[in-house]
Amino acid sequence: MEKLKNFTSSSLFLPIVALAVLLIFNGIFVEDFFDIQITEDGRLFGRVIDILTRSSSLVILSLGMTLVIATSGIDISVGAVVAISAAVVCTLIGGRGDGVAETPMALAMLASVGIGILCGIWNGILVAKFKIQAVVATLILMTAGRGIAQLLTEGQIVTVYYKPFASIAGVIPGMPLPTNVFIALAMVLLVVFVMKKTSIGLFIQSVGINPTAAKYVGINVTLVLFLVYAFSGFCAGVTGLIESSLIRAADANNAGLNMEMDAILAVALGGTLLSGGKFYLGGSVIGAVTIQTLTTTLYALGVSADQLPVVKAIAVIAICLIQSKKARDLFDKWKSGRSAKAVTADAKAVNKA
Amino acid sequence: MKKKISELIASKYFSFFVTVILFAILYGVGIGMYKGFMKPQVFLNLFIDNAALIIVTIGITFTLLIGGIDLSVGAVLALTCMVLAWLLANTGISVFAAIALVLLMGTAFGAIQGYLIAKFDLQPFIITLAGMLFCRGMTAVISRETINITNPTFVAMADFRLSVGAGFVSMGVIIAIIALIVAAVVLGFTRFGRNIYALGGSESSASLMGLPVFRTKVSVYTISGFCSALGGIAYALMMLTGYNLHGMGMEMDAIASSVIGGTLLTGGVGFIPGALFGVLIQGVILTFISFQGTLSAWWTKIVVGALLCVFIIMQAFITEHKSKLTAKSSLEENS
Repeated sequence: MEKLKNFTSSSLFLPIVALAVLLIFNGIFVEDFFDIQITEDGRLFGRVIDILTRSSSLVILSLGMTLVIATSGIDISVGAVVAISAAVVCTLIGGRGDGVAETPMALAMLASVGIGILCGIWNGILVAKFKIQAVVATLILMTAGRGIAQLLTEGQIVTVYYKPFASIAGVIPGMPLPTNVFIALAMVLLVVFVMKKTSIGLFIQSVGINPTAAKYVGINVTLVLFLVYAFSGFCAGVTGLIESSLIRAADANNAGLNMEMDAILAVALGGTLLSGGKFYLGGSVIGAVTIQTLTTTLYALGVSADQLPVVKAIAVIAICLIQSKKARDLFDKWKSGRSAKAVTADAKAVNKA
Repeated sequence: MKKKISELIASKYFSFFVTVILFAILYGVGIGMYKGFMKPQVFLNLFIDNAALIIVTIGITFTLLIGGIDLSVGAVLALTCMVLAWLLANTGISVFAAIALVLLMGTAFGAIQGYLIAKFDLQPFIITLAGMLFCRGMTAVISRETINITNPTFVAMADFRLSVGAGFVSMGVIIAIIALIVAAVVLGFTRFGRNIYALGGSESSASLMGLPVFRTKVSVYTISGFCSALGGIAYALMMLTGYNLHGMGMEMDAIASSVIGGTLLTGGVGFIPGALFGVLIQGVILTFISFQGTLSAWWTKIVVGALLCVFIIMQAFITEHKSKLTAKSSLEENS
């Protein structure tokens, strides 16, 4: 009983329950949902695997977003940065029909991740150095970013025919799962390792709880903020690689569209407060998988991509309300008011009798 | 002399002066470079093309003044266009009833956002970001295709031209000008306007002074919702369609206009004429690009983004300068 209570009050409760509900729903209504098959060359195959593969982009993005939100900031430019990064890697490799790369793939990949970091640095400078509110600072890149991506691709969708490029989000022969799952796993492990072994996680938390106090304790607040945004840019850069490899093309208008919302949703679902402070990486990862499951489920129900935001917007507001301290206070007050009323009603009944 | 300059920089109208001068310079350069800029109609076109943006900017200025933000404006505008087009195409209700209905819808949507933000103490950007996605999604739910507005009364309204001097303005401009005047009067000369400035200056002080914080907050987001819907009507008058991608990124343009016009993002400072000039500067940049002819329209977004950056950084410096000035004057008083 004690254990159950611990679990229900833990931060992982909400995302795990949400995921479980979605999985049960899918298990009942979708045929063979939990079936996993192994092909002859050792590949795993199935709907669950599919969701896992698709959610790797979101897992990576939500890692960066978790750290940014922990400093009580926000990065709404990640979707646009994904588009820029995708545009860079595709234009560098080039859309030559004979499948020859114009730039070596490793170099193009480095460049696209680099441009992601550069975008992150830009956000970091605005937020940390010029002390602009994070929403507004990242809003600049959110709208200008797609313009930049359009300029890079000259308004066209650049399709890459170079074969190895597909393997970033595809299966390398002999591997059981697509490469992007491993990339996501590696990034999660890396971040968890850094947070466990160094005190940077503690610094991030203290900046999020009270920047002034953190400064007096001797934490370099500017540097922490700067690094966090740069890391978020890095995550967006990697996601851009995966997203462009998935469709083997760079689409400046649609790459990473609304992904910032999904990432914020994943972080909030994972139990990290949007007002900053304590953060839960595990929660964010499960949150990201949950969001992807939700997306896949809705697609299966026949909801189109541009109608999807309606459901997600409602989910965001619901989660915000659950997190809000004031809403909880009001709910408690309402509950105690009701029980008080019930008591008086009982007393009246007793009096009458 | 030095003291005068320092006082001028600390003045709350400094950004506004910079904006007006910048506008004059840009227009002057335009006249120098292209003969076409001389025509009065080119100037009036700035208003005609940006009527919707002007109205939306008014709404967003209200939210920025209390230190909030409203990211849903572009999406509410798109939803307004779509609902209006859908109502006119599929139901028999009159144009004016349809307009009243969509205005009511926008206002109610703003009120709900404001209620959530004020009642539960939620961050405005996350709620309005959710609102933005909600409205965009709803627009797609109604129709994923473009709906044309063919209602004769509405088309006649769209074709209406009022001649002003050597040129003419459209219906949208008239709506925008009325909205500008009303907003300027409300902010400058009413108790409600002063409450907004007080709330933006410091929420806790405003609350301790006994000002109606909750009511003011909800009203401000309601006004923003109303302005977005009104902007949507102006937009529909111009485009005569309802489409999912209308007003994409307009929240950014509106925030940029407001900031360029001297609204402080931390709240408490800013006024309506500044917001107008902010929009006009963007209009001039767009006119430049269309006169030049070879530049991609995407450059507008990038130039506006850069301009926004410059003004925000300028604001940061002004704020620092001001706090230094107050510190200095309090030191002098003490000694």
